Amino acid sequence: MNAEITQWDRFLASFFDLAVMQKYLPNIVDGFLLTCHLAILIVISGLALGLILAVIRAYEFWLTSWLIVVFADVMRALPPLVFILLLYFGLPGVGLNLSGYAATYVTLTLVLAAFSEEIFRAGILATPKGQWEAARSTGLGFGQSLAYVIMPQAIRMTVPPLTNRTIAIAKNTALGTVVGVGEILNQATTGQSFSGNASPLVLGALAYLILFIPVVIFGRWVETRFAWRRT
Amino acid sequence: MSDSPILDVQGLRKSYGKLEVLKGVDLAVRERELVFIIGPSGSGKSTLLRCCNRLEESNGGAVIFDGTDITAKSTNINAVRQKIGMVFQSFNLYPHMSAEGNVALALRKVLKRPKAEALERARAALDRVGLSDKAENYPNQLSGGQQQRVAIARALALEPKMVLFDEPTSALDPELVGSVLEVMRDLRTAGMTMLVVSHEMRFAREAADRVVFMDEGHIVEEGPPEQVFGDPQMPRTRDFVSRIDH
Amino acid sequence: MEFILQNFFNWDIVTQAWPLLLRGFGMTLILMAAVIPVGCIGGLTVALLGQSRFRAVRWMTIIYVDFFRAFPPLVLLIFIYAGLPFAGIDLPAIVSVCLAFLLNSSAYYGEVFRAGIESVGTGQAEAARSTGLSGFQTTTYVVLPQAIRNVLPDLVSNTLEVAKLTSLASVVALPELLYSADMARSVTFNATPIVMAAVLYLVLLWPLVRLLSRIEHGSMSSR
Repeated sequence: MNAEITQWDRFLASFFDLAVMQKYLPNIVDGFLLTCHLAILIVISGLALGLILAVIRAYEFWLTSWLIVVFADVMRALPPLVFILLLYFGLPGVGLNLSGYAATYVTLTLVLAAFSEEIFRAGILATPKGQWEAARSTGLGFGQSLAYVIMPQAIRMTVPPLTNRTIAIAKNTALGTVVGVGEILNQATTGQSFSGNASPLVLGALAYLILFIPVVIFGRWVETRFAWRRT
Repeated sequence: MSDSPILDVQGLRKSYGKLEVLKGVDLAVRERELVFIIGPSGSGKSTLLRCCNRLEESNGGAVIFDGTDITAKSTNINAVRQKIGMVFQSFNLYPHMSAEGNVALALRKVLKRPKAEALERARAALDRVGLSDKAENYPNQLSGGQQQRVAIARALALEPKMVLFDEPTSALDPELVGSVLEVMRDLRTAGMTMLVVSHEMRFAREAADRVVFMDEGHIVEEGPPEQVFGDPQMPRTRDFVSRIDH
Repeated sequence: MEFILQNFFNWDIVTQAWPLLLRGFGMTLILMAAVIPVGCIGGLTVALLGQSRFRAVRWMTIIYVDFFRAFPPLVLLIFIYAGLPFAGIDLPAIVSVCLAFLLNSSAYYGEVFRAGIESVGTGQAEAARSTGLSGFQTTTYVVLPQAIRNVLPDLVSNTLEVAKLTSLASVVALPELLYSADMARSVTFNATPIVMAAVLYLVLLWPLVRLLSRIEHGSMSSR
């Protein structure tokens, strides 16, 4: 009986030490804010770049299309951590110093752009041919048809797969910890090694849950709302 | 035909939440009989049929099939279902299996027949519905009428004592209906017991032993087709019969 | 140009680092061969539990799935690798990695299989049950084959993600491809080994990406 209580106390002391938690809470909050704004920046620029690439590709000019396909394939096939390390450790060799933050931002933006380009493209291809013909028959140009008729439908169709992909890539901001970005995971592991206690890790895990549980539930809602097969 | 019924539905009730679909239905089907259920949509015909092999759980009453109450929890329903074939409005063929694969699946997995024997019996069943040359085709390579005949073969292959038909021709183009009715006519000649929910009134007149008219969860009237169509006794039956084209 | 070659495609370093990277590549292959089936089987279990008759079981699977989808996989891995020792549970790196992958990818595979199972019409199960097949037989022979075919693009896509995720094992010092490359980099002070690792990942995974593009475009246009 006594032994059980001490076990339990040890467990509490290792994972839920309130004093330790209090001490590292400000750091975790800093990490939380950093994760948030890094994720938001990545989502905005990644989706914008993906949309631009998809529109360029819709013009079906062989050279640009080919380049975009190669870019999208490479960014989808490479593990993002490999690319982050490549930028972070490789670029200084050619005189370009990239911070860990910048390497993470650039990598995840490019990865999201690659995936979202493919999803937007699938949406454009899935819009019935009759829509193009109707738009062109009323005298709209190619670009106008794309902008006013095709893209609004394509984007609507792509919302669920895009939401899922975006959430997955936003979570990858945790990879920044490997190159010293002070986001949640980094703050949590630093706190853990300084305090010799697992409570900062628990705090970090809670921070991720607070941040991403609503996002995951939102993704679920989007999926039923738009009732469209995921890709 | 006067022996005790093979299927005996007694006081069957079924409701979905507050909506009462079957309000105490009694119906007996004797061996070798072809019984037709007609009635307006929402009258409970299909639900009654689906309670007969427990695809729907009833809320009261009993369904006695061949001496066993199939609504009892202790009944091994999978064993009973081998003996009651069912044909669906939308065919429900397995799209990932060929015609003979569709027919052979239950022979192999329920009756545990070896593969060769199962396929042989599957081909025999397909031959019975006139599709022996389509055994290796997949459902998407068959017309609606052919798909429905494969579905009938799937039910027949298990050598059931009775077959339930749930609007078997409603999803078919008019020119394909004939081939399915032809198979049902052959089955009747061979003495198969059948309970049919359908809107094929001409077929009912010609082939049914008995016609049952249902409305609002009750059986309103039943009798030989000449009587139900020609001289209906109840006002609601008269009303329904007068509105269908012959 | 010379400069770039020197830093990213240095032939001397390629020959030096090659054996180490090859061993790492082997470890990566072993890791993939372990975690992909583990995730698939876990996901299938989660999806089947999600179809349970009992509401409590269904809710628990939803909570399980959302919980582990909310955690970045690296956070899960570090929590298991660095956190569990505090509870007196000291797992070897490889076990930590497998456990983290089981929890993470069974949630994702579970969602894919669930969508697949729900895409098969109820008429299919009814037809199977009407011929006397049991619930288990119906699932095995009728529902799952169709479910898997209906979500094949999602399955391939998820498998690609799991394959890439194995690179996270480098963070807990498991000597797979990326870890070996980073070791070689820190010894040689040159990015060439990481480029080599990138090339090896591309060789392995690029065909999967191509396959995915093929089947995905097909699936969107035929709703």
